Amino acid sequence: MLQAQTKDSIKTANIEQVVLIGYGKQKKSDLTGSISSITAKDFNGGATSPAQLIQGKAPGVSITGNSGAPGSGSSIRVRGIGTLNGSQSPLIVIDGVPQDFSGISGASDPLSLINPNDIETFDILKDASATAIYGNRASNGVILVTTKRGAAGKLKVNFSTLASVSTKMKNTPVLSADEFRAFIEANASAAYQAKLGNADTNWQDKIYQAAWGSDNNVAISGGIKGLPYRLSLGYNEQNGIVKTNSFRRTSAGLNINPKFFDNHLSVTLNNKVTFTDNQFAAGGVISDATYFDPTQPVYSGNSDYSGYYEWLLNGGLNVNANANPVSKLYSTRDVSSIWRYLGNAQIDYKVHFLPDLHVNLNVGYDYTKSNGAKTEYADFKNAFADKGRYRSYSQEKQNKLLETYLSYTKTIDIINVDLVAGYAYQNFHRFEPYAPTYNGNNVEPPKGNDYEFRNVLLSFYGRGIFTIANKYIISASVRRDGSSRFWNGSDTGNLWGTFPGVSLAWKINEESFLKGKGINTLKLRAGWGKTGNQELTNVADYPAYSSYNYGNSSAQYYLGDQWYQMYKPNIFNPNLTWETTTTKNIGLDFGFAKNRISGSIDYFQKTAEKLLVDSPIQAGDVSNHSALNLGTMDSKGIEGSLTLIPVKTENTTWELSFNATHYTSKVTNLVTGADASFNIPQGGISGGVGNTIQAHVVGYAPYSFYVFQQVYDTAGKPLDGVFVDRNGDGKINESDKYFYKSTQPDAILGFSTKFSYGNWDAGLSARAVIGNYVYNNAAANSSLQSGSTNEYLQNVYYTAVDNKFSVPRYFSDLFVENASFVRLDNVNLGYNFKDIFAPGSSLRVYGMAQNVFVITKYTGVDPEVFGNIDNGYYQMPRVYSLGLNFNF
Amino acid sequence: MKSYKIRFRTLIAAASFATLFATTSCMKDLEQTPIVDVTAESVYSNFANYPNALAKLYGGFAHGGQEGGGGNPDINGIDGNFSQYTRQLFTLQVLPTDEAVIAWNDGTLQTIHKMSWDSSNEFVSAFYYRIFTEIAFCNDFLRNTTDEKLAGYNITGDNLTEARYMHAEARYLRALAYYHALDLFGNVPFPTEENMPIGSSTPPPRITRPELYKFVEAELLACSNDLKNARTAGYGRADKAAAWSLLARLYLNAGVYTGTTQYAKVIEYSNKVIQAGYGLKTKYADLFLADNDQNNPEVIFPIIFDGLKAQSYGGTTYLVHAAVGGTMKASDFGINGGWSGLRTTKAYVNLFGGANTNDLRGNFYTEKQTLEIEDLGNFSNGYPFIKFKNVTSTGAPGADVAGNFVDTDIAMFRLADIYLMYAEANLRGGGGDAGTALGYINALRSRAGANPVASINLNFILDERGRELGWEMTRRTDLIRYGKFTTASYLWPWKGGVKDGQAVEDYRNLYPIPAKDIIANSNLIQNQGY
Repeated sequence: MLQAQTKDSIKTANIEQVVLIGYGKQKKSDLTGSISSITAKDFNGGATSPAQLIQGKAPGVSITGNSGAPGSGSSIRVRGIGTLNGSQSPLIVIDGVPQDFSGISGASDPLSLINPNDIETFDILKDASATAIYGNRASNGVILVTTKRGAAGKLKVNFSTLASVSTKMKNTPVLSADEFRAFIEANASAAYQAKLGNADTNWQDKIYQAAWGSDNNVAISGGIKGLPYRLSLGYNEQNGIVKTNSFRRTSAGLNINPKFFDNHLSVTLNNKVTFTDNQFAAGGVISDATYFDPTQPVYSGNSDYSGYYEWLLNGGLNVNANANPVSKLYSTRDVSSIWRYLGNAQIDYKVHFLPDLHVNLNVGYDYTKSNGAKTEYADFKNAFADKGRYRSYSQEKQNKLLETYLSYTKTIDIINVDLVAGYAYQNFHRFEPYAPTYNGNNVEPPKGNDYEFRNVLLSFYGRGIFTIANKYIISASVRRDGSSRFWNGSDTGNLWGTFPGVSLAWKINEESFLKGKGINTLKLRAGWGKTGNQELTNVADYPAYSSYNYGNSSAQYYLGDQWYQMYKPNIFNPNLTWETTTTKNIGLDFGFAKNRISGSIDYFQKTAEKLLVDSPIQAGDVSNHSALNLGTMDSKGIEGSLTLIPVKTENTTWELSFNATHYTSKVTNLVTGADASFNIPQGGISGGVGNTIQAHVVGYAPYSFYVFQQVYDTAGKPLDGVFVDRNGDGKINESDKYFYKSTQPDAILGFSTKFSYGNWDAGLSARAVIGNYVYNNAAANSSLQSGSTNEYLQNVYYTAVDNKFSVPRYFSDLFVENASFVRLDNVNLGYNFKDIFAPGSSLRVYGMAQNVFVITKYTGVDPEVFGNIDNGYYQMPRVYSLGLNFNF
Repeated sequence: MKSYKIRFRTLIAAASFATLFATTSCMKDLEQTPIVDVTAESVYSNFANYPNALAKLYGGFAHGGQEGGGGNPDINGIDGNFSQYTRQLFTLQVLPTDEAVIAWNDGTLQTIHKMSWDSSNEFVSAFYYRIFTEIAFCNDFLRNTTDEKLAGYNITGDNLTEARYMHAEARYLRALAYYHALDLFGNVPFPTEENMPIGSSTPPPRITRPELYKFVEAELLACSNDLKNARTAGYGRADKAAAWSLLARLYLNAGVYTGTTQYAKVIEYSNKVIQAGYGLKTKYADLFLADNDQNNPEVIFPIIFDGLKAQSYGGTTYLVHAAVGGTMKASDFGINGGWSGLRTTKAYVNLFGGANTNDLRGNFYTEKQTLEIEDLGNFSNGYPFIKFKNVTSTGAPGADVAGNFVDTDIAMFRLADIYLMYAEANLRGGGGDAGTALGYINALRSRAGANPVASINLNFILDERGRELGWEMTRRTDLIRYGKFTTASYLWPWKGGVKDGQAVEDYRNLYPIPAKDIIANSNLIQNQGY
């Protein structure tokens, strides 16, 4: 919503909601594509990263936190997974500047570097007719983020502060000290029983803490001599529920949007600066705490290894054993700082002699610099053999944008014409100097290569929107994109892709036969379009170009008289090109009873072709895998939302909204001539080396679990190592595995409600995911043998006692657990002291709880794990906060 | 209005020119090339880079990738350390025999010793892909160092002579990799520098075992002319003796590969090596220590490792760490801790007549270990076999102070092997002199502190090969040649998955072509039985 400063919700109904559609805006009632728009009044409270603001708010949009660590950001998926190796994230555009897809070393998600309090609107473009205008990176949807602007007029100040306490939800259910003693005495040899200790330690309790955090923001907006501005400052400090983990973010923003020449020239200058400071907890410490022997004490009583108890063997450290988790936490100091500047200037010139023509220029610059250092001290087991380790790293990213476009609007008779044509150039550059690890042995670290990468995108686009008699709307766009990623040194054909889109809308409520019948909105939409994807994850940066790599000095070879670093020819694919997705969408928007009942429903179908996959290739080339455009994937789904306002009086308002999404994706082709057994393994697990539990295969959803079917006895107990011989050949081997469930749920539901009575207000929001299946790695890793192996003892998941599996059965479908859940995300209650201190001012005091409860059958800690493999996942905290929001 | 129209037109004209100008200059920006990595042109036009390019061909046998410790691996689908060449060669040549068992449960590893692998076995696949990436690296070097290419890159004079030797070395290394393909997989794809450029989408053709044998033979015969003379190429580089040794090995097994034996040629090429001036190292144990690159007149062709400069968790780091566990002191082996994996079977111990032998080659660790193996996953079952260590001949530990990476080199070919091949070929009617053969065997035995013998027969040679070359990656090939790998004529513990051993299917004399390559390459046909 673009409107001047946020106001009370009751008054906004009269202002026509305007939505950004890329290079322009449209009234919500005139939209032809499938677009969800969420504004500040509907945001979730207490968000530390922007994606959390809209979690559960838009149908078809699924937001999962990457982990419970503060600042770790979220992964966003629009309408499920539409690609295999390409990036699956939507394109994020902040104030008109499209963002880079890659992360920054030291911060998991670039969106998390923006202060959520500065965000005004999220406009989520979901179907191709809407996203085609962003064609080249829009296959997974586009999210347009608009930050708050100033408005000319009186000075307005907003001050908000929030204090919170976070606690863990629960511990992974492993055995207690006494239960573990009983387990080892029943199942292990005498030699291992002798290793049991006398203590009773709950290791998970030892690494978690109640964490405190605060979020403070000040925003001043107004106009100085007709120059509207908004200045914001924020400071967020959040400790993680794992000890030693903390996050601090200082942000400042200044937006000014003056107008000149009698409103003919409007200039918008947005500037945001963020400084983030992270301290990460030592890696793997959550797994270590899960598995460490509960009968051993935290401290050994002597001063070896800084006084912590560690597993020893023959007088030295047992190198195969896991480390004491408390020792690991304090053995490591892993910090990073990130500076980010994001600025852009948008100039809109309404041509003097032709006011229907606007000339637009958008220039953007996004600069990030990160520095980090990881120190591991010599006196702890972690870095003992190396006598301590130290690694300092840095990274610099720059993103430059130049866009010019012309837009022309004119009303001719009953037809309103809106035309846009333009050009965009974007240049991404990334540089990371080689960062060696130094160790206390004073051995010089090996030499390696710096990392530097540049990617250029060039596009030409045009769009026409025709509105006839305010009833029939036709929108058509086409975009031609070139990407430097596909340059193979000789022909330019692979660089370019053309992405058209067309959509229609029929405002049925404007028809004469429906006017005056109390139907506020009834719009039928249909669209078709093509979008592209050129982001590859986990693959070389120049995958189409022939090159040689100079190896690291720790991998040299001796020839005759001296050592040489090796030149290796890299695998490349000179035929690599765009992946394209064709989407069809049909939708209906409705609103009755003065829009007290409103909503929409959409049905979509997507086909992705020339999927970018890191695929196995025939033997005989310089690697056994390469980036190829192979295969196709189909998705279809249905999503809808409904908003009800049952009560709306002077004093009382009650609003409810629901949304639901269901989609199915299926890989339809991978390699010509592939039979049912050809699959691309995914999903690494812990246990053994290189084991994977998921795969992409023709006929199933991507990331399907590839497992054996467990056999049970008559009492329902699983039989150790007995699996169904699915092909009936008398042997149990790879051919008896099958594809069971995947990361794709059956349905995603969201619910939120707001109630206000006088000065009181209350609200809650909840989400449910039905048909969610998660692989419980901790349970799979546990068995009679895993408790006592390699001369040390290791705790087991509680089901190991009943299952009595002799060795870990990683590939049994028993461990793909039903993790469907209902989660109450947010509950809040507040009181607004209106006109406090001065008329027009307000002070809202509120209390809030996040992640209040989760209802699920999943036996692990949290059923909502991104990627659906639960392996030492840093759980989402339960947060209790108290805040106040002061406006005057 | 006229003036507006003119201004309008000029404005549009100006805007279009500006845009056109901007776009054409920016179009070139789409042609981005790698910034850090370099092109073939910049590598091969400067002769100073040639050793670095050649280093990758040799390095393909020692490293899993471009970084120490398995980082930046060349192939995927298996950990970069697991897929290292000699580690996988050990897994497929030694682990399925009487010489070794392993305690770990990684993936389908246990099916190797139990001889129940199938075409989706990741260890079999890893070695297959490792062989073919090595062949691909060699093909790329050969493509870039033909006489025409060298002339095009302006390589002349001494550099040209050296480049031609390097070209021959690349042919040798490719022949060695193809030899392993021939021995383990038989009927494989056949990429050459002509039919398989990098990034090609055409699958290479299939070659059958007898045809591949002819190719390897032809390549090695060419190498034995083109390579540098024996013992003149510098440590680690292939020379004529390396070619002769591989030819001897090829001819010794010709009956298995083609159906026609070639024992006379074994004698011919063994003699060439023996006459080139090699000699046995005085102390047997020194052959497998951290300084086995020094004072070693016996090694013909080594694969080189180093604790600092050639770090890999495969290679000898694997051989040393994996064999240490239980009550064995890691510092005696120059490492920071054992991985408790490898031991040997009683069938192997019996080759020495028991663990109390005075034969130095039968070095077993018996404290708190049982001879019988009840449970393959328990390290205390089965005697650990002491052979490779990361200490020098004077007892000093290796170069890596942290005790992770091992310095010891692996000898692909050493004189002892040649002696044994001569003796076997002589017994099988290939010619040569029986007295000389007996002399060679007794030279090996007296070096090892074992009693000399008065006469030898074929079965004795097989056992002596086991004693002399234990864990040196020839056992499976030898057992197949003697018809004992899959049959009931020789049973060892847990052969075929049964405690006392049982015969397995005949088709297991060849490993399967990985299922993934059968699908990716329609020219291939799976080996019989899989």
